[in-house]
Parts: sequence; C-alpha cells; structure tokens
Amino acid sequence: MSEVRDDREYTQTHEWILDNGDGTYTMGVTDHAQELLGDMVFVELPSAGDEASHEDEFCVVESVKAASGVYAPADLEVIEVNEALDAEPELVNSSCYDDGWLIKFTAEAIDDLMSAEDYADTLD
Amino acid sequence: MKHTPLYQAHVDAGGKMVDFGGWEMPLNYGSQIEEHHQVRQNVGMFDVSHMTVVDFKGVQAKAFLQKLIANDVDKLKTEGKALYSCMLNEAGGVVDDLIVYYLNEQDYRMVINAGTTEKDIAWINTQAQGFDVSVEPKFDLAMIAVQGPNAREKVFAAMPGVEEVAGALKPFNAASLGGLFIARTGYTGEDGFEIMLPEKSAEFTWKMLLEAGVKPCGLGARDTLRLEAGMSLYGSEMNENISPLEAALTWTVDLSNEDRGFVGRNALEVHRDKGVDKTIVGLILEGKGVIRDHQKVVTALGDGEVTSGSFSPTMGQAIALARVPMGATGSCEIEIRNKLVSAKIVKPPFVRNGKVLV
Repeated sequence: MSEVRDDREYTQTHEWILDNGDGTYTMGVTDHAQELLGDMVFVELPSAGDEASHEDEFCVVESVKAASGVYAPADLEVIEVNEALDAEPELVNSSCYDDGWLIKFTAEAIDDLMSAEDYADTLD
Repeated sequence: MKHTPLYQAHVDAGGKMVDFGGWEMPLNYGSQIEEHHQVRQNVGMFDVSHMTVVDFKGVQAKAFLQKLIANDVDKLKTEGKALYSCMLNEAGGVVDDLIVYYLNEQDYRMVINAGTTEKDIAWINTQAQGFDVSVEPKFDLAMIAVQGPNAREKVFAAMPGVEEVAGALKPFNAASLGGLFIARTGYTGEDGFEIMLPEKSAEFTWKMLLEAGVKPCGLGARDTLRLEAGMSLYGSEMNENISPLEAALTWTVDLSNEDRGFVGRNALEVHRDKGVDKTIVGLILEGKGVIRDHQKVVTALGDGEVTSGSFSPTMGQAIALARVPMGATGSCEIEIRNKLVSAKIVKPPFVRNGKVLV
C-alpha cells in the first residue's frame, strides 16, 4: 500500500504540495507515482526564477521504464530546485516525501488540491 | 489475460505484474536496476514461458526449414546445435526472429516470440503445405532462463543430473534430459541456460533455483540487459516492413547456396542490389536525459530513429539502438522533448560478459 502523508495536499496527477507556512510551497511526486514509475534515473528540473502556468509540464521524472511529466498545480514561480537529484535521482524512490522533493515555489493561490484522505481514496 | 505456470510464484514473490502482449508477466520484483546488476554480476532467472516452442518432425523437416527461414539449417550438423535466424515474408520483411535447434535431420525445435505466436503458426502452416513435415507447437512447455556469470554453477547445484548432460555444452548448444531441454543460450549477454521443461515441473524447478540462491528477475531487466548486449527485439529493431539487411542482421541471412529458395530471398537480393541505405547502430547519450523509442536522431548523413532507447544500469548512461543512414559515424544528436542532445554513434554490443565494450 502506498504511503500518503496527511501533513500535505495532493493533485490528481500524483504530485504532493506542502505549505511551508511562509508563502512558499514544496512539491514532489507521491509514493504511488514513484512505485508506478520504478527506478528513477533522471530528473529534469526548471531553474530558480522560472515561471510556470497552471497545468504546464514543468518538470520531468524519468525511470528506466518511462518519462513522466510533473504538472504545475497553479501559476507559480520556482524559487529553489532540489540539486541533489542531479546526482541521486533515486532519492525520488527512497524518500519521495522528504529528501526526494523536486522544487519549492511561490504562488498566489492553489485551487483544487485534494486532502490526504481524498487522495488516498483515489488510489483504491 | 494469459498466465504462465509460474504466475502464482511471481505474485507470491511481489512481482509487479503487467500486460505483456496478452500475458500477465512480472515487470520487476521491486527494483529493475538491482535485478539487472544481479544478472551482470552473479545470477538471475526469468520466466519466459510465454515464448513458444514449435517442433518440426518428418522426412522433409530440413528441406522445409531451408525454405522457411533466412539462415540455413544445413549449418547444423550436431545434436543440440542452435542457429539464430529471421523468418521472412515474400517482401523480405521479418515475420519473426527465432532460434532453431537441430536434433536430427528429421527433428528440429524452434523457439519463437510470444507476441507473434499466433501469426507465426498460421504463417508456418501455410508455408508447410506440400511438405512432409509436422508442425507441433508445444504449449505445454514452460521456459526458465537462468543467466549470469554464476548461472551454470547454480543450475547444476539446483537441478540433479543436469551437470552430467549439460556441463560440457558449448555456447549455442543444447542437451536433453528426460523432459528437460537445456540450451546454453540467452538474451542478456551473459553466460547461462534457457531451460525448457514440462509446465507441471516449472514451479518445483523455480523453487529449487530460488533455494540455490537464484533471484527472480522481471522483463524490465531482461530488456535493459538485451539492449546493453546489442540484441534485437522483434517489433523494435525489425518488423514485417523491415528487412534484416536494414536491421544489422545481414549476418543471419545465408545466400551462399544459390539453389536454396527461401521465402523472401528474391526481395532481399533486389534490395541488396539496389543498395541498403539504413542500418542499426548503437548510441550513447553524452548530454543529460534518457533516450526513448521513436525519438529522432540527427546525423551528418540525414535523420534516423531510435528503435530501443533506455538507461544502461551497467554504464550509468542512456543508450539506444537506432536506425540511421548507412555510414553514419561519430557524433549525432537526439531530439528529446524538442531539444537536441548530443550523442555518440557506436557499434553494439555495449556490454558483454560483465564488461563495457564501448
């Protein structure tokens, strides 16, 4: 059974969003997503300062099996990317909710996120 | 979906089961990369029971196979000797690739791909009209491939009597032991056996191999292993519209006996005389990313296409097989998500027997 953490919210496309409480958010892919994709071998991230529109494919995580887009949950500006993934993309497998985070961003509003409970229900 | 006799064993071992051409097969049992390394460095086993064994028996078995396939079974003179070949259509396209084993002049065994089985058997039966040969698909056989530098030793430890009959087998040769057919062949670039056995023995044999320390490996690792080994996959490097001459498989086409009119021969000769303008090469990505099937390859001689792209666990880099203009060498670029990423053209294989060769 995939892990879902109740300290954060989720998208239908299997990303998690953590509100850092200071106007910034951290984002990554869920345990379910990393399990589906399998061993990660490459993560393509934007740069700090890049802007993305809601639903843009603005990151790509690639496993041995397939490339999978990561979508912007809102109009946002990237403020930091997880540089560690460059050398260790497998952090997305081993620690998708902690060390395997993808980016930090600022956004004015994020609509349509699911609670942990609702997201877990979609996985059944 | 169809299941092999080892389906329950895969589920019990935590296999991630996926639809593989109508068969529910294990993609991996946790980590595809670990399974890949297991085979390169030690030993692993694959359930390949979805592949089909077909026996050919009769006074015209040899004559028929000399017509059916592009390589010449006349090369096979000793019991158990194997030959890799393509089976062509009249246009010279590849109906399937296969291995054929010689038992005697009136008895051959062939292994064909799972996804093409139905069409292959229909095709073979059509071609067999007028020949005194029986075409016998053996759907009651399972097949386990045990591969890796320690594969033979583990098989001998797990399966009593096998060392006596298969201990001295050279690569690309097979031996029988009761209902077992043990071939020193594989699809990984490592030493090992492909063992055909009655389906009722499959689970027990799998368990004995597990107990001897052989780890199960999924079809994901099988694909990256064969890609590193530079081996073609039917449907990727070749298909019904592509001739072996454009798939770097000219070595499997035997035109030496001018009297042997195998199916597709005329088309191949016309193609050869007109000139073959594409072939399969290896690619190593120099920039970042992963190469995927069907991406565009830009060379100095024109564009090509990736036929099999993935990540090489042994090399830690993205690699691919690609069909490019004949004669393309040196550097090229691969279009990955609308960006051109530089790559190097190499001659496959990338890896054999645990060693990187490029």
